[in-house]
Amino acid sequence: MSSLGPHASFIVTSYAVVAAIVLALIGWITVDYRRQKERLRELEASGVTRRSGRQATDIR
Amino acid sequence: MTLIDLANPTKFLSLTARALPWLAGATAILLLIGFYQAAMAPDDYQQGATAKIMFVHVPNAWLAMFVWGVMSIAALGTLVWRHPLADVAAKAATPIGAAFTFLALVTGSLWGRPMWGTYWEWDARMTSVLILFLMYLSLMALWRAVDDPSRAARAAAVLTLVGALNLPIIKFSVDWWNTLHQPAAVLRLGGTSLDKAFLIPLLVMAVGFSLLFVTLHLAAMRNEILRRRVRSLQMMQASQQAA
Repeated sequence: MSSLGPHASFIVTSYAVVAAIVLALIGWITVDYRRQKERLRELEASGVTRRSGRQATDIR
Repeated sequence: MTLIDLANPTKFLSLTARALPWLAGATAILLLIGFYQAAMAPDDYQQGATAKIMFVHVPNAWLAMFVWGVMSIAALGTLVWRHPLADVAAKAATPIGAAFTFLALVTGSLWGRPMWGTYWEWDARMTSVLILFLMYLSLMALWRAVDDPSRAARAAAVLTLVGALNLPIIKFSVDWWNTLHQPAAVLRLGGTSLDKAFLIPLLVMAVGFSLLFVTLHLAAMRNEILRRRVRSLQMMQASQQAA
């Protein structure tokens, strides 16, 4: 690997920002998925069912 | 499973559940290879090691436009074909496209400061990409502002198609106007001007980031379908309680 030279801070910051935003996107989508599944579970537990009769949390 | 089956949200969820682990794995492997190749790439004779910023800047800039292109096709799906998943696809893609556009702007600025002596210049390329970013934010605000998803979808589809006019302006801005931003080096008439030592890592990163978009988009679409399922069950619950 070559040395990053006099502008190393710009290079490292670029890669760090990309990593941070990509990880934030992955984290946000994962948390959102868990939140929606949890809400569906709560609704099912309260007795509300889909018209098809299938479980709301069933995605397979 | 045929293509028409994907119009059914339940079948789409089933396909997504099976495809996501494979897509996530392929994305991780490609990005790891891409980052390794970027680290090992030689210094540019003019830019030195700062050329390494290109390996993250260019894929994000491509995806900033590509995602809006995907949203434009989805907008046609909403307005013309009334495909049940078209507005789900458009809504799910919006924050992801905004993130890629933000990264293109930030990494471009971080490259510009040591190379041009400035973080920002109001030239045609940079300004048109900033407008794209602001349009992504406008769409996100629109989706949040309207409660009924089908009404929001139609308004968002119109705004998306209007915004698509900005895509050729971004692409050809460096040809039509005298810009500080350099002209196209990869996708241009007469072939690429990049040496293989830079081109191969760049293409690996571009495919890796594209797969990342597909993975995140499918996962976000799955979330949006579940959110709408929650909404319809809440409405059923409210009507049961009112009866």
